[in-house]
Amino acid sequence: MQNLNQKALRLGVPLSVHLDVTYRCNERCEHCYLEHDDRGEMTTAEIRALLQQLEEAGVFFLTLSGGEPLVRRDCFDIIEYARSLQFNVKLKTNAVLIREREARLLRSLGVEQVQISVYSHRSEVHDSITRLPGSLRRTLEGVRLLREHGLKVSVANVLMKSNSADSEGVRAMAGELGAHYMLDPTITPMIDGRTVVLQYRAAPRELASVFHNSQLVGNVEEFCAPPAPVDDDILDGLPCSAGHTACYISPYGDLYPCVQFPLACGNVRRERFLDIWRDSPQLREVRSIRGKDLDTCSSCSHLGTCSRCPGLAFMESNMRGPSSADCEKSFVRTGIPSAQMMAPASTVRPSALRTLVQIQFTT
Amino acid sequence: MTEKYIARSRAVAARILDAEMIIMSATDSTLFTLSEVATVIWQAADGRTPLSQIVRQRVCAEFDVCLDDAYRDAEAFAEDLAGHGILRISDRPILDETSGPRVHL
Repeated sequence: MQNLNQKALRLGVPLSVHLDVTYRCNERCEHCYLEHDDRGEMTTAEIRALLQQLEEAGVFFLTLSGGEPLVRRDCFDIIEYARSLQFNVKLKTNAVLIREREARLLRSLGVEQVQISVYSHRSEVHDSITRLPGSLRRTLEGVRLLREHGLKVSVANVLMKSNSADSEGVRAMAGELGAHYMLDPTITPMIDGRTVVLQYRAAPRELASVFHNSQLVGNVEEFCAPPAPVDDDILDGLPCSAGHTACYISPYGDLYPCVQFPLACGNVRRERFLDIWRDSPQLREVRSIRGKDLDTCSSCSHLGTCSRCPGLAFMESNMRGPSSADCEKSFVRTGIPSAQMMAPASTVRPSALRTLVQIQFTT
Repeated sequence: MTEKYIARSRAVAARILDAEMIIMSATDSTLFTLSEVATVIWQAADGRTPLSQIVRQRVCAEFDVCLDDAYRDAEAFAEDLAGHGILRISDRPILDETSGPRVHL
């Protein structure tokens, strides 16, 4: 897989595309980064035409998501067409609408994997996060049906304040269902930049508890090890695949480097996908950035191992800057403050300062 | 010699990248990268064309290889991919297993 990514990078091929087919949803998760009104989604014909363009551009991995993609009546038409173009299709869903028929169809269409959000093994916690009574029961029934039909299922467990004690329970439940478990400790600001949902982020004490739990992270000593010294390869390295071999397309045709990186690069309703991919000034700027170009982070000991998200940095201040949430994770994981945390107070942005104060208070 | 027919499985993803075919099985997520010769065979695996004809008309016509060696290699390649469930081999034409997925919605 690494060779494939290297080859795509060398050739400038967008190997992976995340396409949200709708922002509408049948749940109202408290931490969601989306508004769920339909502002004019791409039609079936527009999406089919887009998929043709993605195939021609060499896209191989196609993630279909939302909102809840299955609320679109044409969702299976879209999946069927994508599979006829031989994309590797991954579906992200809450599985509430998956019944016997849907599970059978997804299997027969050759969908490679279904990723399903589960917030807790306790319905009172899960349902209060999704704000949909009965949602955990229906979601788990969906998981069971998909597994019965032989589909690979990945349970995505977003870590928040309200469910931080439930990660082990979700992991055990995923295991019983034969599903892969993945923990996601990231709550992102809303796609329009509003930060109201950040109140749901797990606190450092809760992060620390998860990061030092071998059931969840594997080898704790390795996971929490101090970072290796930063070398030239790291300084010359790319921050992440966003805009290099991957991008995101919204239901309205807006193209961003990543779903967590809302830098508008063009719109596939007005321009050809490949023209945007190759010539967008915004994508060119994203592609120009190396580790050594990052403000503050280039001098940080965590540079080589930090989960720094350029999209979160972009939403916080600028795409070359630190992402406070990732500084926090690196610190909680290793006990070593990031360069941003060590910077003189006058140069630390208010949001970063809040994080610093919170960490000092709780450790 | 018994004639052999090969057909691509519908449960795969495939894309050409720099003249090489990349294939991923939806069954076990194994990723394959095919050489240029193997890519030609894969693309010709329509279930109807005999393997010997594929080798003679496509492989030997496009690459400088001897027919016997090419056929032996093609057979081994087909059996390898069949072992991973991404190609089907039969001694009769395979009429239901080519191209993209088909479902009745």
